[in-house]
Amino acid sequence: MIQEAYFLLSKYIWQIVDGLVIVAIFPLLAGYVVLLERKVMADMQARLGPMRVGPHGLLQPLADAVKLMIKEDIIPESADRAIFWLAPVLSVFAGMLSFAAIPVGPGFLIADMNIGLLFIFAVSSMGIFGIVLGGWASNSHYSLMGALRSSAQLVSYEVAVGMAMVSGLLLAGTLSMKDIVEYQAHSGFWLVFVAPVGFVIYLIGSVAETNRAPFDLPEAESELVAGYMTEYSGFRWALYFLAEYSNMVVVGSVATTLFLGGWLRPFAGTHAMDFLDFAPPLVMLGVTGYCVYRIPKQTGWDQKFIMAIFAGICFVVTVPLAVVLAPGLAAWKAGVHGAFWFIAKVMGYVYVFLWARFTFPRYRFDQLMQVGWHYLIPLSIVNVMGVATAVVLHREAGWNPVVSIGVTLVVTMLAALWLVRAGERREQTALKSAA
Amino acid sequence: MDETENTAALPVEMPIPGADEIVLNMGPQHPSTHGVLRVKLKLDGERIEGSECIIGYLHRGVEKIAEHRSYQQFAPYVDRMDYVAAVSNGLGYCEAVEKLLGAEAPPRAKVVRTILTELQRIASHLLWLGTHALDIGALTPVFYCLREREEVLKIFEKYCGARLTTNAFRIGGLQYETYDGFEHDVKRFCDDFEKKVEEYEQLLTGNRIWVGRTKGIGILTGEQAIALGVTGPPLRASGVKWDIRKAMPYAAYEQYQFEIPTGQNGDTYDRYLVRMEEMRQSRRICLQAIENIPTGPIMAKVGKVLKPPPGEVYHSIEAPKGEIGYYVVSDGTVQPYRVRVRPPSFINLQAFDTMARGHLVADVVAIIGTLDIVLGEVDR
Repeated sequence: MIQEAYFLLSKYIWQIVDGLVIVAIFPLLAGYVVLLERKVMADMQARLGPMRVGPHGLLQPLADAVKLMIKEDIIPESADRAIFWLAPVLSVFAGMLSFAAIPVGPGFLIADMNIGLLFIFAVSSMGIFGIVLGGWASNSHYSLMGALRSSAQLVSYEVAVGMAMVSGLLLAGTLSMKDIVEYQAHSGFWLVFVAPVGFVIYLIGSVAETNRAPFDLPEAESELVAGYMTEYSGFRWALYFLAEYSNMVVVGSVATTLFLGGWLRPFAGTHAMDFLDFAPPLVMLGVTGYCVYRIPKQTGWDQKFIMAIFAGICFVVTVPLAVVLAPGLAAWKAGVHGAFWFIAKVMGYVYVFLWARFTFPRYRFDQLMQVGWHYLIPLSIVNVMGVATAVVLHREAGWNPVVSIGVTLVVTMLAALWLVRAGERREQTALKSAA
Repeated sequence: MDETENTAALPVEMPIPGADEIVLNMGPQHPSTHGVLRVKLKLDGERIEGSECIIGYLHRGVEKIAEHRSYQQFAPYVDRMDYVAAVSNGLGYCEAVEKLLGAEAPPRAKVVRTILTELQRIASHLLWLGTHALDIGALTPVFYCLREREEVLKIFEKYCGARLTTNAFRIGGLQYETYDGFEHDVKRFCDDFEKKVEEYEQLLTGNRIWVGRTKGIGILTGEQAIALGVTGPPLRASGVKWDIRKAMPYAAYEQYQFEIPTGQNGDTYDRYLVRMEEMRQSRRICLQAIENIPTGPIMAKVGKVLKPPPGEVYHSIEAPKGEIGYYVVSDGTVQPYRVRVRPPSFINLQAFDTMARGHLVADVVAIIGTLDIVLGEVDR
């Protein structure tokens, strides 16, 4: 009995550790994505952003978390208490569970499922239950409308996103997240270069699926106050917030794995580009150096001390990144550097989200549906057919892969052009008939 | 929400909602109702079937106060009606009382008044643009707009010490001489401003989402606009070329060259374009005006105690939001017998229901934004 338990423990020890690490670190990471968002927003809007809590506002996420946790927990009298309680938990649960199948590095994933992508797709879609139930249980008009919008939006965009994923899967020929990355390592091309249309559809669809601007209608603050979160406060609200940001990281991770080569270094197969291996430690060293440089510029010894701690953390991260470069540690290098590249790519993807949010106005609900049904879904179907044709031409008819991809890509782009033109004509006539 | 309370207060044309209709209350505390406007919407799904604007949350009895103040004492109160365009309000009131007195401000005062009023128009339109874009979901333009508005407010602060409710003018002329470097500050602002307007337009004008959100939304035809008494940019965007600065020139406007931008469709997008062009034209007027500010006195001889002869006068000017008119009745004493204000925001708000019917909830914020109302002025 004990031996069996020991056996199971030793077999799954890394999975358990990975899971604990994700559950422990993830809320913190989401907090820092919020800080990143606020800083990026401030930079684009000619202001400074959080500067008070810690140097450059570096402790702001902690302060926010503490504030939210000690706030009064308000449940509206007419709300359905049980569901009101359950809904945000469900949202966070779905967001966190998706992480089980995401390979951060070659060895760093909880479960290497052969249906990994499908698992993530299914589990992250469950988050919508949290939104719909929360909106319904609040018993408020704004919440209900936010929730209904959210569910309609998710259902519409799920199709396009799923189709975009299929275009990647057709090429990789597997649903296992790990194998998808390994396929990209072997073929030497990230799938974004092979199926760019699929990637763009996924990018747009994932923005819509995570309810981010310009598709943030469920929580459009100028129309529906805060949408489904209107009646929530304190810790429950923080859970919704956490779910939103964890979803962002999840879609970023899926995009990275499926289209952007996962944990692979840029030009992973090209030995002439091996000097890029020095980039991770050098980048972290640079960040360390910048932190050290900023220490004397902080006001007060406490701010200086916190800045020094951040410099120390960056240095601690630098050391393993540099050490694994030593010959003979190639296996370790793949893992440690893999995690670096993976997180860098996810952050780049998230940055695009933020960039879009602060640049574009918000779609109206019918326009959002139009973008989904009239453009993205037809285009994604054309794209899947195009990619499938390319695969057949390459594998069955023996065409050169570049030629087969190129031809189908041109056809897909022409179809996209035609779709946009047709849509514009339709809008023009609709406008005329309205006037 | 208490359903019985809701339906009881509905006007006649809004009967008790059916099974697939809901009544949604927006405001008076709502992120995008621009102050304490309360809008009651009858919705079929998200489509608006009827609406009612409920106002009065900011009523301070400004017109009544006027009857207990001397003419000069009342001047600061008009600044607090449309508090984002205080200079324009002040100009209208001062000129109305001047008309009543039969006095006229000296040329120098007129030119300085023109410059400050046009700067105020730019500031007011900037605030409108920022908040309008924010309502439609563009988070960034508001910060750019407030950055430039800050420059205008700095000029006001240097001129009269106040930034928002300036009380910049006096009946009969100006309270203060311009400060050293006034022309330089205005010129520098105007020189930079051309590029800044382009910056806003880059973010919005050609943006597909922005065009989709504003084109064909809240259409007001020229006839409707005139019938409802709509003035200012909403009227001009409907294709009616009516601007009091040209039609009945006041201050020093007849000396300067400027265009009156008009639209064709009378939709939210046209109103946006009209206001953007108006900012450019205001800049043009300012640049012309600072070239040649006449020297001379800044106050006409109106005496210390203002005692207009008995009579009544109506005077209106083109404020950023439309025609602001003052109807002042004097009974020969030091206090006005009656002051009635024709507030552009209040009258433009009437058009809301006409514009909103048949649109979606999301368009309500676009329509409120495009009307450019200030509740201080609506309620007075």
